[in-house]
Amino acid sequence: MTEVVFYIFGGIAVLSAAMCVLQRTAVGALIWLVQVMLSLGVVFVTLQGQFIGLIQILVYAGAIMVLFLFIIMLLNLGRVGTDIRGPAGVAAMLVLAGLIAAELGGLMAYSPARIGREVRASAGVVEAGAAFAGGRAAQEATAARGVVGGVAPPLFDTYLVPFEITSLLLLAAIVGTVVLAKRKV
Amino acid sequence: MTLPLLAVQVVDEARAAGPGPAVRLAWLAIALPLLGFIVNGWLAMVRPRARVLVSLIGPGVLLAAFVVAVAIFLELRASPPEAPFIVSLWPWIHVGELRIDLALQIDQLAAVMLLVVTGVGSLIHLYSVGYMGEDPGYARYFAYLNLFIVFMLVLVLGSSFPVLFIGWEGVGLCSYLLIGFWFNDKANADAGKKAFLANRVGDFGFLIAMFLLWQTVGSLDFVTVFSRAPGALTTGAATWITLFLLLGCTGKSAQIPLYVWLPDAMAGPTPVSALIHAATMVTAGVYLVARTSLLFAMAPLSGEVTAGIGALTALFAATIGLRQYDIKRVLAYSTISQLGYMFLGVGVGAYSAGLFHLVTHAFFKALLFLGSGSVIQAMHHAYHATHSQEDAQDMRNMGGLKRWLPVTCGLMWIATLAIAGVPPFAGFFSKDEILAAAFARGAEQPVYYLFYGLGLVAAFVTAVYMGRLMAMTFHGESRVGEAERPHLRDAPAIMTGPLLVLGLLTIVGGAINLPEFAGGHEALEHWLEPVTRAATSLHPIVRLAGTTEKGLIGAAVAIGVLGLWVGFRAALGRPILPAREAPPDTGLARLVYRKYYVDEIYGALIVRPLVWLSEKVLWRAVDQALVDGVLVNGGVVGSRWLGRLGSRLQSGQLGLYVLLFLVGAIWVLHTILR
Amino acid sequence: MLLGPALGLSAILFTIGVAGVLLRRNAIVLFMCVELMLNAVNLAFVALAQVYGVGAYLIAFFVMTVAAAEAAVGLAIILAVFRHNQSIDLQNINLLHG
Repeated sequence: MTEVVFYIFGGIAVLSAAMCVLQRTAVGALIWLVQVMLSLGVVFVTLQGQFIGLIQILVYAGAIMVLFLFIIMLLNLGRVGTDIRGPAGVAAMLVLAGLIAAELGGLMAYSPARIGREVRASAGVVEAGAAFAGGRAAQEATAARGVVGGVAPPLFDTYLVPFEITSLLLLAAIVGTVVLAKRKV
Repeated sequence: MTLPLLAVQVVDEARAAGPGPAVRLAWLAIALPLLGFIVNGWLAMVRPRARVLVSLIGPGVLLAAFVVAVAIFLELRASPPEAPFIVSLWPWIHVGELRIDLALQIDQLAAVMLLVVTGVGSLIHLYSVGYMGEDPGYARYFAYLNLFIVFMLVLVLGSSFPVLFIGWEGVGLCSYLLIGFWFNDKANADAGKKAFLANRVGDFGFLIAMFLLWQTVGSLDFVTVFSRAPGALTTGAATWITLFLLLGCTGKSAQIPLYVWLPDAMAGPTPVSALIHAATMVTAGVYLVARTSLLFAMAPLSGEVTAGIGALTALFAATIGLRQYDIKRVLAYSTISQLGYMFLGVGVGAYSAGLFHLVTHAFFKALLFLGSGSVIQAMHHAYHATHSQEDAQDMRNMGGLKRWLPVTCGLMWIATLAIAGVPPFAGFFSKDEILAAAFARGAEQPVYYLFYGLGLVAAFVTAVYMGRLMAMTFHGESRVGEAERPHLRDAPAIMTGPLLVLGLLTIVGGAINLPEFAGGHEALEHWLEPVTRAATSLHPIVRLAGTTEKGLIGAAVAIGVLGLWVGFRAALGRPILPAREAPPDTGLARLVYRKYYVDEIYGALIVRPLVWLSEKVLWRAVDQALVDGVLVNGGVVGSRWLGRLGSRLQSGQLGLYVLLFLVGAIWVLHTILR
Repeated sequence: MLLGPALGLSAILFTIGVAGVLLRRNAIVLFMCVELMLNAVNLAFVALAQVYGVGAYLIAFFVMTVAAAEAAVGLAIILAVFRHNQSIDLQNINLLHG
């Protein structure tokens, strides 16, 4: 069941991404991108990342995309011609995208068995199934404390410093945005 | 400067006595004139008008060097060495197996040359005080003259071919500097250049000979070369080496084919002509052949070539002298001709005879040149006083000068008799010995009879042109203008003094090598025996029978006297017009006057093609088009093109930047995932 | 489980994002494609949480936060550029031209 959901919403995500890239107007592209975000949120849930999935919908689709929309409307571009590049650009795109696809295609070969083999080889662990110990621990934590409770302890424990730094980063971003976007009066 | 290695090596261990103090101080003879050069040169730059100081230092260092020369001679005479003394001054080139030191070789031959150079040199220096006294370049003149003596002494005293070559080149340089002394006149500068370039061709031959010697014998200092040569050199190799050396000699000693610079060299001051182009530098070639006599004896063909060139040059130059009007030109061709005699002598194998003629020629030719200098100076003064633009050196403007310059006239007659071969003057003995040696060799190789014949005819022509010279200059009706005559006067004592000394030497000089039948001991020949022994042992000098020799002598004297009379009479037989009125020569006379157009031939065959090559090919094509255009400018254009290509990366287009960024990212990804 | 297909999905989305970056001239749409790429990477992290545990979720969390900050600042920059050039077409923004 989970897999079916994964494949359905994965497919929707891919289609939406393609539509996003090929849209003529900015708003259209935005809408499709929102769709990608939502689909990805569902995909996260199917991957047992419920917390992240919801955060994705709340923050990404709900805040960041709205911000994009604000800016598009603020610029008030009107009906401009197509802003997709000409043949030269398309050719370059095909070449490079093809290269990336080829590279990343290699990642598809990483089936769980292979990952298990490699983790075992690198960590020197002998018993089978030890590769996925981390994942099992995560699931146990979720089962014990709930979705949010599973991720909270590491956040305020092991990853406390990045947490604080991220808050500083957000502060800097706010100040920077205000300064940059102000009208010079 | 210290001389740390003032070592004197005795080469012949069997000799009991070592070198004496004078030999050990031989380097002084070079150092003193060098000091003179430095001081005079400094004065020339700082205080060109310092006459007294220069007059003291210039001749002074020469006289001091002469004292050293005499001391060396006396020491060598007291105990004549069988092998040369080597005075080593400085280790110069020590590379691999090549060891050349700056060293002097003192032996009998060097002593003779040393005496001639310093002795005649001193006299000419003294003469120059009077002759060049009013010249603005007085100090510079003596600086160059001293420098010349330095190099000439290095040449004759050097103990190896490279050291000799230093002197060889150095005298060429000083010759250039002194010929073009009055360089503000382009013709003088051109004459200097011509001398230098003609000598360079000869130097090329010298260098090739040195390389061949190194290759075959493996050494370049005289003692080692001559001890190894009989074993190491084939006749062929010796022939090649000596022929190339001969090429060098024809350049330095003005023989065919490289003699063309000497007549032009008369553009320099007359004492320079006397010293460099009569007594010393031009004799360097003869010295070289004498020094390398062993090699020449090993290559009979070279001996023949040397003698042949000498004989031919003697006659050729003498004929040109018949029709020259410039008094110095006549003497220049006379020098070339007499040098031919010397080469005939050493080519035949009579090395002492050739050197004998070298010494006597130094005396009477210096006397002739200095005497002509007095004449020219007198004419100059006269023309200067009357503001005339006539040529003071043209004999057609002279005549009857005996009345005003009696001392000079008398002394020059002494020299004329000597050069014509009239006994008992010096030239008679030396020239006669050379001709006799040539005749004697003819018995085994008939070609030498031909050389003897050429030499005999040349003797006749010599007497003719000298008689002509004396007649046109000192005798007959005077063509000097009436206005100039009161201003003519003989030379001052400082100039006549050296002339007197030279006249004396010319008279008694024959005593150096008086042959037996005249009651002498052939002193020079015996003196030089240790040096020439190696060569003469390979090819003994043939002795003529007494009657044959007397016959030859009689013929030579008769020809000499006859020639003088013919020249004298012929010159005075027809009225001579002064230079500005004289009609140009025609026909054969013009051919001879124009030196058989040899200079023009050289110009067309050699000089013009070289200049064309230089200008059209090497300059236009190679330098301008290739080096400048392709290499230098091409480099510029290329780098600018590359630069422009590179600057297209910085277009400011964000899309391009993103593209390049992604390319890099893909590459990194690829590297990591591999 | 779903590790392989999830990573494959991530790769596809990333490629599409790259294509979009190379294809579009509009600065805002370009930015959106960059966000698409970021999301693809997030997906990869989440998928790998099965192997590496909770830490992977937290990395994705942080990425999201930084992306938000970056989006804000980036859009402010685009706003400023638009005010200067009156255009956000990438071809017209070439003041770095040298």
